[in-house]
Amino acid sequence: MKITKEEVEKVAALARLQLTENEVEQMTRQLDTILSYVAKLDELNTDNIPVTTHTQPVTNAFRDDIVQESLPKDKALANAPLADEEAFTVPKIIT
Amino acid sequence: MELHTLTLQQAKDKLINRDITSLALTQSLLARIDQVESKVKAFISLHKEQALQAAQQADEQLAKDNAKELCGLPLAVKDVLCTADMPTTCGSKILEGFTPPYDATVIRRLKDEGAIILGKVAMDEFAMGSTSESCAYTVPENPWKPGYVAGGSSGGSAAAVAAGECLASLGSDTGGSIRQPASLCGIVGMKPTYGRVSRYGLVAFASSLDQVGPLTKDVTDCALMMNILSGHDLRDSTSIDRAVPDFSTALVDGMKGMRVGIPEEYFGAGLDPDVDKVVRNGIDMLKDAGAEIVELSLPHTEYCVAVYYLIAPAEASSNLARFDGVRYGYRDLEAESLLDMYKQSRSQGFGDEVKRRILIGTYALSSGYYDAYYKKASQVRTLIKDDFEKAFASCDLVVSPVTPTPAWQIGKNSDDPLAMYLSDILTLSANLAGIPGISVPCGFSAEGLPIGMQMQAAHFNEEVLFRAAWNIEQQAGIRKMSPPL
Repeated sequence: MKITKEEVEKVAALARLQLTENEVEQMTRQLDTILSYVAKLDELNTDNIPVTTHTQPVTNAFRDDIVQESLPKDKALANAPLADEEAFTVPKIIT
Repeated sequence: MELHTLTLQQAKDKLINRDITSLALTQSLLARIDQVESKVKAFISLHKEQALQAAQQADEQLAKDNAKELCGLPLAVKDVLCTADMPTTCGSKILEGFTPPYDATVIRRLKDEGAIILGKVAMDEFAMGSTSESCAYTVPENPWKPGYVAGGSSGGSAAAVAAGECLASLGSDTGGSIRQPASLCGIVGMKPTYGRVSRYGLVAFASSLDQVGPLTKDVTDCALMMNILSGHDLRDSTSIDRAVPDFSTALVDGMKGMRVGIPEEYFGAGLDPDVDKVVRNGIDMLKDAGAEIVELSLPHTEYCVAVYYLIAPAEASSNLARFDGVRYGYRDLEAESLLDMYKQSRSQGFGDEVKRRILIGTYALSSGYYDAYYKKASQVRTLIKDDFEKAFASCDLVVSPVTPTPAWQIGKNSDDPLAMYLSDILTLSANLAGIPGISVPCGFSAEGLPIGMQMQAAHFNEEVLFRAAWNIEQQAGIRKMSPPL
């Protein structure tokens, strides 16, 4: 086994997902298959191989710091599931 | 004449010569949609009134003789690109009803050139899939054979073009999502070099792999679209500041002086015999056109699926953290605590494949597993990229099938994620290496399903792909055939 039910539950909590008992079982089975498959990478010795996170040799993409119009408040709030005129509304955070 | 059968370039010429009006063209495409959409099921949202209004404005522009590049030409757009005047769902319930406050740069570019956007088309949820079956709104079907997949994730973009519901479309390609549906639906699709086209306003799946590109009826149209989409964008720090050639000038007859590489690993076990035959026939066409054929090896091909299905989910798990039920999208309003709001909103809003990838990605990045999975995959990515660099020292382009098989029946593989992932093996490497790729129709299976040929070239060498694709198109003549809808 590459991954256990407990690990799937832990990862789901980290990812802010809530899985049903059935989903945990199904995901454990499917993730185990996938992780067993990707273990084929262990066949390769990569000791001195650098990582590629980006395929183009771009380091810093600078631009002039010019003040531009930003999104107006009403437009920024327009898609919120809950908002008042000033801000997004969320459940109480500090209790 | 049936206007919906025109290519983008043909329609453009007719508009400029005043043989037709944009209104008539748009009405014809809308009538076509009415006629075939119940079979094709490509559109998530269709915006008829907006399109007709835009067509009338385009006709006024055209009358003034200073028409822009795409003035009055109706297109469709994958629902992963932000459009300020149309909802953008990413094929997910979590974005139901979301209308972005701005246009993606590619949408801006199309609109600036006068294009008309008919609507937003179907895709796998958040572009994660190979069949568009995970779309929460509609599952597009292959215009060549209803009941068969149109491919994915840009399945709606491919089906709509193949069915004549629009003149061309936009898709996005993270691991083959433009090239694969283009191949399965018998049209042309290009994934540009990473950085060639702006990603600003493309809802991110895997940021180091995603590229926007066109799906078109033929190679001429593909070049026309690429001329407009390409170029540096200050709003995308990964877009590259580099001159954009006129791709139309790359469509020249003959392949003299061109070296075509054939990677042995792409013709291995599991390749459908029809696909093998059609693609080898395509290679002969290039040879007949004067190309030199070079046998070569891309030895790390067998590791592409493993690398991709670690890196793409890792990046996705981070990108999709933004769907938290606060600023946009679905929220479970019953949730009482902040944590419950996050968990319940995301669990109810995302579909199974998206959850699966978020879990894989979170696991691969988590403490204790990062080195074994994410870092290891990023190192093997270097080896895959190096394979291509070596290959392009001895050839100008690499030719292969796009998919191991032609289109398959809807529903097959839907319970076996790994089997589905393995079908992507031939397209993933272009994204991992950041190189451009094109799929061009090359022939048909015995069952009458289209089969495309994939060509890949070195970074920013799209012109080579256009020239080779043009020569295939001239000889294969697929463009003149349309699906029996």
